[in-house]
Formats: sequence, C-alpha cells, structure tokens
Amino acid sequence: MTSIAKPQIPLLPLERNELGLTIRDYSGSMSTLCAGCGHDSVTAAIQEALWGLSIPPYQVAKLSGIGCSSKTPQYFDSAAVGFNSVHGRMAAVASGAAAANRGLVVVGVSGDGDSLSIGLGNLAHAVRRNVRMLYVIANNGVYGLTKGQFSASADIGSRSRKGEPNLLPPVDPMLLGLSLGATFLARGFSGDKAQLVPILRAGLSHGGFALVDVMSPCVQFNDHEGSTKSFRYVREHELQDIDADIIPVRGQIHSEQTPGAVTEVELHDGSRVLFRAVPEGYDPRDRGRVGSYLVESARRGEIATGLLYLDETTPDMHQLGGTPEERLWDLPFERLCPGSAELAKFQARLR
Amino acid sequence: MAELAPRRTLVPIPVTNVEDPSYFHKVVDCQWACPAHTDVPQYIRLIGQGRYGDAYLLNRQSNVFPGILGRTCDRPCEPACRRGRVDGDAVAICRLKRVASDLREEVGWGLPRAAEARNGKRVACVGAGPASLTVANDLMPLGYEVTIFERQPLPGGLMRTNIPGFRLPAKVLDEEIAVILDMGVDIRYGTEIGSMRELLRMGYDAVFVGSGAPRGKELELPGRHDEVGETHIHIGIDWLESVAFGHVNKVGRRVVIIGVGNTAMDCCRSSRRMGGEDIRVMARRPREYFKASPWELEDAEEEGVQIVVNHAPRRFLVENGRLVGMEFDQVEWDEGAVHSKTVGTVRIDCDDVILAIGQENAFPWIERDLPLEFTSPQLAAVDEVTMQSTVPGVFFGGDSAFGAKNIIWAVEHGHQAAISIHNHCQGVAVAERPAQVMRLSSRKMGITQWSYHNDYNPHGRQEMTRVDLKRRFERLNLEVELGFGPEETAREVQRCLNCDIQTAFQAPLCIECDACIDVCPVRCLSIIRPDWADEEELRTRLNAPAENRSQAIYVSEALPQTGRVMVKDENLCVHCGLCAERCPTAAWDMARFELGIPYAGRPAEVS
Repeated sequence: MTSIAKPQIPLLPLERNELGLTIRDYSGSMSTLCAGCGHDSVTAAIQEALWGLSIPPYQVAKLSGIGCSSKTPQYFDSAAVGFNSVHGRMAAVASGAAAANRGLVVVGVSGDGDSLSIGLGNLAHAVRRNVRMLYVIANNGVYGLTKGQFSASADIGSRSRKGEPNLLPPVDPMLLGLSLGATFLARGFSGDKAQLVPILRAGLSHGGFALVDVMSPCVQFNDHEGSTKSFRYVREHELQDIDADIIPVRGQIHSEQTPGAVTEVELHDGSRVLFRAVPEGYDPRDRGRVGSYLVESARRGEIATGLLYLDETTPDMHQLGGTPEERLWDLPFERLCPGSAELAKFQARLR
Repeated sequence: MAELAPRRTLVPIPVTNVEDPSYFHKVVDCQWACPAHTDVPQYIRLIGQGRYGDAYLLNRQSNVFPGILGRTCDRPCEPACRRGRVDGDAVAICRLKRVASDLREEVGWGLPRAAEARNGKRVACVGAGPASLTVANDLMPLGYEVTIFERQPLPGGLMRTNIPGFRLPAKVLDEEIAVILDMGVDIRYGTEIGSMRELLRMGYDAVFVGSGAPRGKELELPGRHDEVGETHIHIGIDWLESVAFGHVNKVGRRVVIIGVGNTAMDCCRSSRRMGGEDIRVMARRPREYFKASPWELEDAEEEGVQIVVNHAPRRFLVENGRLVGMEFDQVEWDEGAVHSKTVGTVRIDCDDVILAIGQENAFPWIERDLPLEFTSPQLAAVDEVTMQSTVPGVFFGGDSAFGAKNIIWAVEHGHQAAISIHNHCQGVAVAERPAQVMRLSSRKMGITQWSYHNDYNPHGRQEMTRVDLKRRFERLNLEVELGFGPEETAREVQRCLNCDIQTAFQAPLCIECDACIDVCPVRCLSIIRPDWADEEELRTRLNAPAENRSQAIYVSEALPQTGRVMVKDENLCVHCGLCAERCPTAAWDMARFELGIPYAGRPAEVS
C-alpha cells in the first residue's frame, strides 16, 4: 500500500510498442498489497508481457478468484474486462469467457490456495479442456490473507514464521499439470523478470492452456529463515538448466537472437520458442522425460524453473468442441438459438 | 544459481560515496547551480508552511539579499531545476524568494550583529556593491573594522545604478543594505579611490576590490564622434546610472538600442517610461543566441519594444550636427550562427542611440608597476578559490574579479573573499578552506508517512501578475511585478519536487524483491550484475537508458543475496518516495540532505 498514486510525468521518455502504446497504457490502479510482495512483481511482469506483445489493452480479459494474488488483476491493464470470481472458481469462469468470446486474450491470476486447495478441481478440468488462456499461479506457500497458515504448496519441513514445520506433502502444479495432459508448463520467480517476462509472453502466444507457476514470496509471512519459499531460499535453490527465448511474430523482440538452439517449437500464433540450453537428454516435448526431471530435481531439493514442457499439437477447447470460428456473440440470434423445433429434432436424434 | 554466473570478470564495484557532500548536493539541482548554494527546497517548504521569516533568513545566510535577488537574480537555479525536465517548466524559485521577502515577519532576531569587541583588524573595500557588502556582512560580526569607499552618494553599486526602479524599488534595496551598514560599517560616500598604491599605504590589514566592471563597451563606427550639439549617443550603463540618480529624465521619441543583453532590456524599458515611443532593440544574431534572460525579453516586448534580429550596425547618421538615425547591414546566418553574409542595408531613423553591447573591467587607478599582476589589460590575476590577487592581502570579487557576471556571483565572491581575509588576518594560509559538511536525516514518520509532501502536483508554473499596461508608465519607478499572491504561492510551492529529500539506500537490507523497481514512476532504478566495462556501458544497461550525462549514476555495494548492485539514474527521479514506501525492509529511506556551508569565522554546521 502506498500513500500516493504513481506520478504521471509528462516528459518521461517511454518506449512505444507496435500499437503506439507505452507501458503506462497497460497499468492499473495502485497495489494495496504489502510492501515488497512478490505478487506486485508478477503484476509488473504481466504488464510488460502484454505491452511487449502489443496486445490491445481492451482485448484482455483478466480473471481471478480469492486471495492476495487474486487482488492483482486490479493492478494492471485498466482497459481490460475483468471478473473476480468466488474462491477457486476462476478457471470455470475463464472457461466460460473463453468459450463465448474466442477473441479474448484470457489472463487468469490465482494463488496456491485458490488453485491448489479450494479450486483444485476447477483448475484440473480447465487443464484437461485445454482452454486457451494464460493461468498464473502466484505461489508463496502460505495463506497470506489469513495470516500465514501453510497452503497446499508448502514443502514438507518448511517452517512457519513461528517455527512450526509443515508435515503434509506439497501439490506441485507442474507435476499435476503433466499428469492432467497440460500443454504448456513453466515455472518462474517473481525476483527474476528477465526469465519470467519471456515465459509469460510465450504463454500468451500458446494455443492452449498455459500454466505458469511463479515462486512469489510472501514478505510478511513466508520470507524468513526455514521457509522454502523465501527470496533467499528460492535464489539459492533455483535450477535454471532450461533456457528458452521467445521470438514473437508480433510485438517487440527483446531477447537476443540465440545461435544454435537445441530445440525449436512454433507456437499457435507463429511465434517460436527456441530452447538454447536444456540438460543432457531433456526434451521439452517429451512428457516422460520432463516428469522424471521434475521428480529428480525436487528430490535434490532444487526448484526447476524455465519453460519446462510445451506441446503445440493437442487441440484446444474450441477445436475439441467443434465450435464456430466466430465469437459466439457475433453469431446471429437465429444461429445461436435455432428455436424449439430444431431442439426437438436434435432430441429426436438422441432417442 | 545459473543466472548469477558472471558473463565476464566482475569489475571492482565503483560504489558511490554518498558521504561526500557533493554527491547528494548535485542531486539538488537548484542548490548545486546556485553560486551561493542557497538551500532552495528547504526555503520553499518553509514558505509552504507560512514561515516566511524563517525562509527569508535561510536565504539570507547564503545569498544576503533575498529581497533584491527575489526580483533581479539571474536565476541560474531555474534552468537547472529538475521540474523543467519533468514537465518543461522550472519551479518559479526566484518568485518564491520574493514571497519570502515580501511577507516576512519581523526577522531582526536572526540578522547578523556586529561583534561587541573589535578585533583590531581593518579592512578596506572599494565600491559599495553586492560583493563588498557581503564582505562587510561576513566580517563585521567577527569584529573587523570595515571601511567601504564609494564614489556615488548612495550604496548598492550596480544594484542601484543599473537596475531600474521599476524592477527593484529603492525601498527594498535600502532596507537590505541598511542591515549591513548599520552594523557600523564606515562608509565613505563620494570617495573615489584614485590610486591602489595610496590605498595600500593607508595601512589596512586587507583590501577588497569590489568596484565592478564599470566601463560600457564603445561602438567605434563612422559618425560615432561627429559633432552633435547635445549627445544623443549613450553608453547603456552610464545612461542607466544617470537615470537612477535623476540626472536624465527624458529621451527622444524614437530610440534605438544596440545589443540584446539584460542591460539592453533595462535601457529599452527605461526609455519607454521616459518619452520613448518607437523603441527598437537591434540584434546581430538570431533570437536563440541572445544574452538577455528570456523573461526580460518577454517583459520588454509586452511593453511594446520591438526586437529586431539579424541587423549589424554599420554607421551613425549625423546630419546638420544632429543624430538622425543609424544604418544597419541586414545579415543572414548559417547553421549555428557562426558565419553571416550581408544581404542588404537598411536605415533606421531615431533620436537617440543607446549602446548596450557589454561591459569591461577598467582599473585606471591600479598602477601597473605594483606587484599586482594582470592577466590582460583589464583583468587582474585573481585566484578563483581564494579571490586573492598576486599581492597577499589584496582580494577581488564581483564583476571586478573576472568580468561582468551577476549579483549572486558577486555575493559568493564576497563570502569566499571574507573567508580569505579572515584567514589572512589570523595568520592562516588563504588556501586553507574550511570544509563543507552534510547531514542526512530520515523523513519517515510512520508507514508511508513522510514529513514532506511527496505527491506530485501537476500544476503548471504560475504566472506573475504585473501592473496593467495602462498604468505601468505613470511613474518611472513604479514596480511592474506585483509578486505572487496566496493562490500562486500555494500552487507554486507544491511544484517543487523536494530534491533534497534523498533516496538513501542501504544495500545490506535489500532482499532484491524488485518492489522499488516496479513502482518507480520514472524507471530510474535497476538491479544489475556489476560487470559493465565503464560508465558509458552502465548507462545503456539500465531499465531506462541514462542519457542525461550531466546527472549522476548511483551504484550501491553488492547486494547480499546475489551480489548484484542497485543502480539509480538521478536524472528524472521525482523524489516521490514510492521506492521507500514499497520497500519491505526499509533498505530505501527518504532522508533530507542538509548541506553545511562554511563562512568566514563560522565553520560549516548543520541543524
């Protein structure tokens, strides 16, 4: 929480994207989160990714559930449409929004509580449906709004601020996603935007459900000695073996061109992801290899980050459902609702 | 920690030394640009609190003449003002200084007093202008006997003779000078020093020359010295002096002024009040090369003076023993106005010509066979720090030291000369200068609460109200500017960005959460690996390229978690304090920087 809004400096030289917009045009209201909250950095990274891809601010739908992380859509892209759902139901509302208007760029921001406890079922089925959206979990291992109880992502042995250890095993959204057939899995760190922003840009360009797990320390309840989600712990245990660049078809290229990429994947919109470094024998398109890499690194106490898994071949919700090419609200009413006679005919077919 | 592996060998981190008073001082652009280093942001805050007397006294400490300078200063602070880089218009610093002076309550308690006992040392000052008066101001409280020799019947020097009364009322001048003279200065009016040799023989412990640059430049063109019954060709500064003392009270209907410096502006505006109707200021070069301050040009034009560019004077036209006009070459300039070519000739009829093309130093009274060395026929060899000439105990200041500058420089020369004179009289080497000191004190009052107003006020620069044009010329000395009223003052004080409230960083506390970087409205913060080759490369590696090379770059010590460093480009920081409000560990704080400036016999101190 700050005492004032960001001063708008008239003569500030700001870079413009392809739409002629500056990063300011993607800003929201001032954050009311605690000073130093990792979520504010996630917000800043989302803002930069949207700006860098020259996505029209009004074309974005930002959705969230309940929790500290779920407050953050308020803090970016004021021109977007938004929906703040009941606890854990963001994935369902986002699926609906994406179904009705396939022209939207759907950005969901949730937390470890909202997504991995109360909303786990909703998340799981959005992953299965491969709803085209960017789904960010700002993961800090605690329930910050209710003063720091362990969440479902807390590691075994991680200590609370008072020193109590967590005894339950954590839900790892990456392994969970892998088992559910996710098509885009990445992990980042709020303290490293150089890595996070390209991941978010790739997620926004992906043709399906892009699940991004962001280590986002809670400075108030989980940034102490003994916590496995503190700034220091993440920095000391982060494993950055996987290094990828995104070469967008639209928006501005900020990453340096990478010579000798080991793997190249073309995304839905024609952007390309170039993996410039992966561990020996690792293939970001091989579900089995990625799974064992995640399990191995977790066993060593390391936090594997980067664009971990990418599959551009699985059809998304619209392709699977055979929905029309147009946005549903562009359809004439007669087509959208053919009437009771047509319904009767349809039901007769099923008898 | 693959991300942190250095790309090349780490350089030793060039950590910024913020203990050096000059680092934060430079961030306070106005104070840094002011020759006397007036604490501008602090006095603006005092005005904002209605503490006009305190604001006046704070000003007086460094610039001695707040009332005079609040109307006439050359304002080196304003082009430097950070606000100009933020919204295009500097804070009206000079106007606010005048507010402090106009609205000050009784401040006698804070004015300097002569020492009760004299110290037996006698100092002679030549000329009663701002430089000599500052010397007296600084030395009288120390017990010196100061004698000022002034050839005019009134004190003030150029401030009285060259600045017209409609810009600077005599009352303001008299009041501020009286504070100094009333300490018991022995001032000898109507006394012109005719010989430095004689002066040195009079047994003073130190001599200070503050006699200005009193000779207006001549324009030697055909017709200049033709016989005319009564002279109608005037030297600007001499003419202004005659006007100031009432020796001249009218001028012809058509007046031509040669030159576009501030003296030319005073000449044309004075002419406008003395019968001149068709007044032209003739400039050789295009407008962007004028010496006059833009606001003085605007004032002149508002009063109907024509400013004519690209005209080079060719000759004076005298017919039947009477000046009838001047002939000019019309010129065209190349890019950058270096070379010109003549494209035509034009005759301008006029009744009077005033030459305002600059001033020179002249010391006909200093014998050239003294050990006092000259660097040119007009300028004595004067040390820029100590103000001492090549004769120990003889000091120069103001325009007489290095040529025509301005009042605020004269004041600063006076302060420095006073330090030297004090050293000289106390047997201390004049080169031994007392040091500046600094103090940083947190402005934190609570969570996101500061003892300064940190919000950015988008108001534009406030306009000065002036006497209506219909009434303006009723009297020669009717002050034109009315000063800021309460509304203008209230708005203008909030335009100040409080550059002295510094972003003070403590690297050991930083957890590199990026909160400050995300919230900074001008993207002036970056956390980067310390592996740049030189400052040029560093400037390109920041979140926003640091292109203003006149502004410093702050580099912290290595941060505890990753060994990276915090870097701040000072250029556009608006001192809003959001970095400190968003910082979870108070690694950032907003702390007031106070500069302690030493004066003669008074070591630098901070509150």
